[in-house]
Amino acid sequence: MVISHRKSISFRTRPQRTVGLNRSSWTPEEGFEINTLEKIPHVFYRQWLRTSSEEAIHACALFVYKLAMWLRYCPRFLLRRRHIELTSSAPFVHQLHTSRADRSHSYYDGLYHGHIHSTPFQKALLAVGSGVAALQDPYRHDMVAVLGETTGHLALINLRDRMRNDPEGYTILTERPRIRLSTLDLKNMASLPDGTFGREYLRFLEDNNVTPDSRAQVKFVDDEELAYVMLRYREVHDLLHTLLGMPTNMLGEVVVKWFEAAQTGLPMCALGAVLGPLRLNASRLQSLFTSLGPWALRNGRGARCVLNIFYERRWDQKLEDLRQELHIEPPPVTLHSSRTT
Amino acid sequence: MAASVRTFVRSLSRKNVCFSAVLRRSDCRCFSGAAEDRSTHFGFETVSATEKASKVYKVFENVAQKYDVMNDAMSLGIHRLWKDALLHVMHPQPGARLLDVAGGTGDIAFRFLEYVRSQQERQQRRAVSLQQTPSWRDVSDRYPDVGGAPESSVVVCDINKEMLKVGRQRADSRGVTTGLSWVVGDAEELPFNDDQFDLYTIAFGIRNVTHIDQALKEALRVLKPGGRFLCLEFSKVTNPVLERLYDVYSFQVIPVLGEVIAGDWKSYQYLVESIRKFPDQEEFKGLMEDSGFFCVQYFNLTGGVVALHSGFKL
Repeated sequence: MVISHRKSISFRTRPQRTVGLNRSSWTPEEGFEINTLEKIPHVFYRQWLRTSSEEAIHACALFVYKLAMWLRYCPRFLLRRRHIELTSSAPFVHQLHTSRADRSHSYYDGLYHGHIHSTPFQKALLAVGSGVAALQDPYRHDMVAVLGETTGHLALINLRDRMRNDPEGYTILTERPRIRLSTLDLKNMASLPDGTFGREYLRFLEDNNVTPDSRAQVKFVDDEELAYVMLRYREVHDLLHTLLGMPTNMLGEVVVKWFEAAQTGLPMCALGAVLGPLRLNASRLQSLFTSLGPWALRNGRGARCVLNIFYERRWDQKLEDLRQELHIEPPPVTLHSSRTT
Repeated sequence: MAASVRTFVRSLSRKNVCFSAVLRRSDCRCFSGAAEDRSTHFGFETVSATEKASKVYKVFENVAQKYDVMNDAMSLGIHRLWKDALLHVMHPQPGARLLDVAGGTGDIAFRFLEYVRSQQERQQRRAVSLQQTPSWRDVSDRYPDVGGAPESSVVVCDINKEMLKVGRQRADSRGVTTGLSWVVGDAEELPFNDDQFDLYTIAFGIRNVTHIDQALKEALRVLKPGGRFLCLEFSKVTNPVLERLYDVYSFQVIPVLGEVIAGDWKSYQYLVESIRKFPDQEEFKGLMEDSGFFCVQYFNLTGGVVALHSGFKL
C-alpha cells in the first residue's frame, strides 16, 4: 500500500470526527461505524517506520489515548464480527473477532444499520429470486440492489482495494461521506456557474426528477467496509450520469451500466448491460452499438476509478476539467432526457 | 378493568368452570397493572408486552398489500386447503352469525358466505323435491323461498386498518355486498356485547395476540351459549423428519421469499419465529379448557404444520 505523504493519514487530520450526529459523514447513528482503532495499528505501523523517535513516542501516546477511548466503549466494539487484514508482524494488532451468536447487545441487529444476516444458501436463493424479479419488473430498484449485493462480493473487494491504493479513495473510506439531500447545499450549488460539476448535477436532478435519497439500503453484504463501498457506488451512480451526460431513460441507463460494468466488474452491472438492450427499440439499439456503447466501454476501461473522487469537495470544479482528470471523453451523442425508452 | 371485573364475577358464578384456574388468570388482571410490564416474545426477541402490540401492527401494515400473494407463495397454495378444512369442520347453517377475528383480508369470511349460500340452495332444492307432485302454481309460489329464513352474516374484526382495507377491496372486486361488515377491534377487548355470535373463528391470528388467554376469554364472552370457537394456527409438526424439513424451509426460504416478493425480510423472519414460540397443540387445548371452553378437540392438518382447535361455550 502506498501512502504518498504523511498528511493524508487520517487519524491526524480529521476535521469531521465530532461527537454527536454529523450528517455529512458516516457515524454510528447513521449506520456505518468509523473503525478508527481498526485502522490505527495498520496505519501506525507503516507511519512508524518513517518517523523519527520523538514522533514515534508522540504517536505512541496518541495510540494509548485512543486505546483508552476504545476500552471505554469496549462492549460495543467487541461484540461485532470483524476482519482486519494486517501484516502479521505489526506489533499492535488486536484480533477483534467475536462470535456471531453474541449479537444481542449490539446497537443494530447486525454489522451496520440495515444489515440482515443471511446464510450462503439464502444468498444464492436471493440472487436467483431478485434476478428474476428484476427482469420481470426493471423498475424494482430494490431487487436490482439485492442482486448487486448478493453477487458482487469479489468485485467489491477489488473496488475496495483500488480505493485503498488511491489517496483520495482512502480518504473517502475513512471519512465515509454520504450524498443525500440533507448533506447537499442545494442553494449554494444552484448559484454556481454553468459548466461546473455541481450546477450540472443539480440540473440533472431537476431534469430527470430524481433525488439522491432514493437509493436502497445495503442489507446483505457481510462486511461493513464493503457495505460502504457498495453504498458509495450506488450514490455515485447519479453523479456518473452527470459525468457521462446520460439521462435516466432506458438508453441512458444502459450506457451507464456498460460503463460501470467495464469499470467495476460487478456482476449485476454486467447482467444489466447484457439484458438492458433487450428493452430498447431498433434506433436506440443502433445508436447504442455504433457510438455510445463502444465509447462507454472504452472509457470504462481507461478511466480512473470513479469511486476514488471526493465529489463533495469538487462541486465548483468545471465538468470538463473533471472529465479530463478521470480520462473520460465527452459523449459522442447528446441525449435528452425523456421518460420513454 | 371493568371488563375484567365483570368476567371475574361471571366466572365465579359459573359452577362448572375450574375455580382455581379462573382465579389465577383473573388475579393478574384485577389486582395490578403488572401485566403490561411483563416481557413477552416478539419472534425470538424479548420485548415488553406493550411494545409487542405496536411491533405486530407495523409488521402487518407493511405486509398487507402483498399478504395474499405471499400466503400463496409460502404455503404453495396449501393455505386454501386449510381454510376449506376449517369451513368443513365448522359446517355453518343458514342463519348463523360469524365473527372472524384477525380476519383482515377476508379469506374466511368469503368462504363462509359461499358455504352458507350453497347450503341454503341445497336446502331449498331439498324442500322443493320433497313436494309431492305439486302443481305448477305451487312450485312458482314457493320457489325461491328466501323471505322467511334469517340471513347469515359475517363480522370481520381486525386490529389493523391496512388489512381491513385490503379485505374491503377484495370484497368489492368479488362483488360481495351484503352480509359482510368490517370492524376495527382488538381481540383482547372486542367491541361487541355479550352473547352475540354463533361462531367465532381466528385463523392464523392468535399467535400475534399479546395475551392469548385474554383473547380466549373475550371469545367466550361474545359467543352465544352453544356457540363454537374455532382456531386455525401453525403448530408443532408431529413427524420429526418433516419437522426438520419444515424448519429448514421456514428459516431459509421464507424470509428470502419475503424479500423478493414483498421487499420485507424482517416481517417474514418475525412470522417464522412467532410460529416457533406459539404453544403446541396440547398446550393450547389446555389454555382453551382453562378459559372455559368445553369439548375442546384439535385436528392436525398437513402433519401438524397447522392445527385446527375447536371448543364450545355451554
